[in-house]
Amino acid sequence: MKCGVVVFPGSNCDHDCYHILKHILGLSTEWIWHKDDADLDRFDAVVLPGGFSFGDYLRPGAISRFSPVMKAVTRYANKGGHILGICNGFQILLEAGLLPGALLTNRSQKFICKPVATVVETTETPFTRSCKKNAVLKLPIAHKQGNYFADTETLQRMADNGQVLLRYADAAGQVTEAANPNGSVGNIAAVANERKNVMGMMPHPERAADPLWPNVDGQAIFQSLIESIAS
Amino acid sequence: MLAKIHVTFKNGVLDPQGKAVHHALNDLGFNEVRDVTLGKYLEIKLEGVSAEEAEHRVSDMCEKLLANTVIESYRYTLDPTD
Amino acid sequence: MSAPNEPEITPQVVADHGLTAGEYERIQELLGRAPNFTELGIFSVMWSEHCSYKSSRPHLKTLPIEGPRVIEGPGENAGVVDIGDGLAAVFKIESHNHPSFVEPHQGAATGVGGIMRDVFTMGARPIALLNSLRFGEPADARTRFLLNGVVEGIASYGNCTGVPTVGGEVYFDPCYNGNILVNAFCLGLVKTDKVFRARAGGVGNAVIYVGSKTGRDGIHGASLLASAEFDERTEEKRPTVQVGDPFTEKLLIEACLELMKKDWVIGVQDMGAAGLTSSSFEMAGREGTGIEMDLSKVPLRETGMTPYEILLSESQERMLFVVEKGHEEDAIEIFRKWDLDAAFIGHVTASPSVRILFEGREVVNLPVLPVVDGCLGLERPARRPVWLDHVKELDLAAVDEPAQGGAALKALLGSLNIASREWVYEQYDHMVRLNTLIMPGSDAAVLRVPDTNKALAIAVDCNSRYCQLDPYLGAQIAVSECARNIACSGGEPIGLTNCLNFGNPERPEIMWQFEQAVRGIGDACRFFDIPVVSGNVSLYNETKGEAIFPTPTVALVGLLEDRDWQTSQWFKNSGDEIGLLGETFPELGGSEYLSVLHKETRGSPPALDLNREKRLQALVRELIHGRHILSAHDCSEGGLAVALAESCISHPETPLGAEIGLFSPLRKDALLFGESQSRVVISYPREARDTIAARAGERKTPFTPLGSVGGEALAIAVNGEEYIREDVRTLNDLWRGSLGDYVRQTS
Repeated sequence: MKCGVVVFPGSNCDHDCYHILKHILGLSTEWIWHKDDADLDRFDAVVLPGGFSFGDYLRPGAISRFSPVMKAVTRYANKGGHILGICNGFQILLEAGLLPGALLTNRSQKFICKPVATVVETTETPFTRSCKKNAVLKLPIAHKQGNYFADTETLQRMADNGQVLLRYADAAGQVTEAANPNGSVGNIAAVANERKNVMGMMPHPERAADPLWPNVDGQAIFQSLIESIAS
Repeated sequence: MLAKIHVTFKNGVLDPQGKAVHHALNDLGFNEVRDVTLGKYLEIKLEGVSAEEAEHRVSDMCEKLLANTVIESYRYTLDPTD
Repeated sequence: MSAPNEPEITPQVVADHGLTAGEYERIQELLGRAPNFTELGIFSVMWSEHCSYKSSRPHLKTLPIEGPRVIEGPGENAGVVDIGDGLAAVFKIESHNHPSFVEPHQGAATGVGGIMRDVFTMGARPIALLNSLRFGEPADARTRFLLNGVVEGIASYGNCTGVPTVGGEVYFDPCYNGNILVNAFCLGLVKTDKVFRARAGGVGNAVIYVGSKTGRDGIHGASLLASAEFDERTEEKRPTVQVGDPFTEKLLIEACLELMKKDWVIGVQDMGAAGLTSSSFEMAGREGTGIEMDLSKVPLRETGMTPYEILLSESQERMLFVVEKGHEEDAIEIFRKWDLDAAFIGHVTASPSVRILFEGREVVNLPVLPVVDGCLGLERPARRPVWLDHVKELDLAAVDEPAQGGAALKALLGSLNIASREWVYEQYDHMVRLNTLIMPGSDAAVLRVPDTNKALAIAVDCNSRYCQLDPYLGAQIAVSECARNIACSGGEPIGLTNCLNFGNPERPEIMWQFEQAVRGIGDACRFFDIPVVSGNVSLYNETKGEAIFPTPTVALVGLLEDRDWQTSQWFKNSGDEIGLLGETFPELGGSEYLSVLHKETRGSPPALDLNREKRLQALVRELIHGRHILSAHDCSEGGLAVALAESCISHPETPLGAEIGLFSPLRKDALLFGESQSRVVISYPREARDTIAARAGERKTPFTPLGSVGGEALAIAVNGEEYIREDVRTLNDLWRGSLGDYVRQTS
């Protein structure tokens, strides 16, 4: 299995994703520079990492989505390739229209960096298939614009089609207002496109995947991806 | 030609910054304030385009980059004297 | 020789440049002629207090700067200390006090940017940031605004560049009402054979300008703002505050580190205070060479800029490189890849002078040494303040001893100087780059050293109230406590950097404080064998004659040969035993308890016995390395009771209770809230008790088992009678919530 990690100017979780994929999970992993628009068919999965691509100027992801690599990412998505956008990567995928909805500034207006609990809403996606339904994953968040928004119709369509993958929850997996760190509608923390080959998530699975720390809940996302590709 | 562009949240999208400013104004005794919307203002200098073309181009800029139409709406004016 | 239309130099112009008549005379003597206007500008910034250290230099010379691990000490952009495995830690702390008071968000942000550039200039990748912040009294409406702005500024800059902010300190005291302190620390890692220095070597080599374009921002910014007292006109200085662009900084880090892999890079310096002027003169000065450059080639953001403005601009995110002749285009190509401006603007010359051209005309021609070294060190008079006699008096008999301790404990845990800093560090990305083993909220942060089994512990410390009451002792305590924090985390201190924040040095009382504090740091460092490898001085932290408390902030880097030694402050399991290493004396002078509950800042700070401290720290490390203890937390502000409470509630997930029994003839408030030095609260599995007792005996350090972890409450009995019993969840909510609650209050 071969993974690509896209590097935009201002990406800063690119090394972390690379480290987990290559050194912890032992996958063959390569960098993809944002000016490179060559086909991505050689990869089994492509990760758009977190960070502040183009400084998050104008809106997070607004400028990055016009990088040449995004043409290749879009072609890859249309062919059914697996794409995982984390944090800023999620923001870019939304701006590029590869995922539904948008991300607003956190309700508190502050950057928030802390571990939160999320509950797995569906296991019928390549990104969650190794999880148990309703399992609680403890994952760190680190963002200022992670307040997910979509209009009612879109939300309904997503719910019907199983496109909400993770919701912020309490430690017992209950989706409550108190467990919502940023104001996201319906506590949504991760979504997929209709075809379920593109996932965007605000929490950082790569920050909970190295066994040097006690919490490795984030491995579930990567393991799901590995299983999906193997099958 | 100068394009003056305002980008604001669409109705129905929570605007916490606007809310915070609203509260602050009320705290300062501006009790007549009923609603505050906070947005972005951009000025874009254009050259070598007719008013008609500019209209079309600026609208395109807003759709493509300057506003995220999932959450934001935009309006603009064109000032030919600038 | 001069630029066209330059103003004539009058005594008023000289004074406006912050130079005394005597200094202007000396300039003329050194040059053998009068400087032109642009040259006067150069002298004004290079001879400013901020750049020349003219008041502090004679004292700083007394600090111990050598040690077997030291690769670069003070004088370079940052200190470099060998950590083995062919790697070195690069670090420095620096102030951005004056700009942050004028414009908190940008001031703090650019402070972070500046310190990061000091570190990656040495060839190191920045891996962690700390900051030490001081604000005025919470009730002052401006305090909340400044706190919000500074924290947001640090967050916006650090988070965007992808360097985690892993800890620091925040204190409030009315003495900072007119002068807040923002001290930023950065730690980087470099291969020992890849350390870069700020030197312009090799005649004929190329001088390359890289980074952001130069604008008019910050002309006389850091240099002049930080070299005079504040007054009513400070608001007007707002335009001189620079604006930071963390995105460009991030690109600059990546591009510079890429360039520095090439063996044709000779030297590099960032353009900090005094911009292009200080970087060019200082790089030539260190090598004994000269530089000739053409300002017409400098990338500019604004039109019509004069040579004076280009040379003195403090626009951010700019660096000056010297590369081997012939590699100009190769260097520029790397920056082009990262969409950064870069320009070949000059070359190194043999004659030790800086010659500057602009539009085909020579506008500056100055010998290097008089500019970088010509400013005379000032032997400013020092005198012990008479008011010290008055504040030293503390009559404990006049201080009411509370019958029960619960209310006092709650008041302390909820007080802004002790409450959890969660509201602050949640705004900082403290995890990015996956090195943070111990996150903010413990005695020190611990970071793994990638590709090794090692880790580094970092902490920053200063109790300025102690320093106000006794600057020599206060500074020694700052070093000792910081080292104790490192020891409690499992590390051995290997290098210190300091940021000396004081009032107006023209006042003898301030100079006395400065001299005492520097002596205190020096004596403690010599005693512990810790070299001082970098530092920064910030004077004139004074508004309308009101100086801040002396605040000699120290930051330490500690080495853990085995990262598994990492130890945090919170209790781990119900059933573990709790013990105290060290001894409690009847000391309440300068304590947080006196300040919060009795509104008094007086008395003598707690005594410090350096021998006892050294034995304690060695013991703590030994117990950690032998895996005998599970947590270690030093007793500082709020004393033993607060240390116990924090050990119960600072656990990131679930607070744990504790049952404690103390036996002592001391007054109960002194026993529980006094801040006696050289004490550490530990927890350990019951079976480790005898080993700990034996090791403590060998190290001649008192060890007292105090009780055990467990239950819903923190219960403390003194001489068999219950003195405190509080639900840990209540304590937890109070401690974690109070800073955020304070900030969210609308005034």
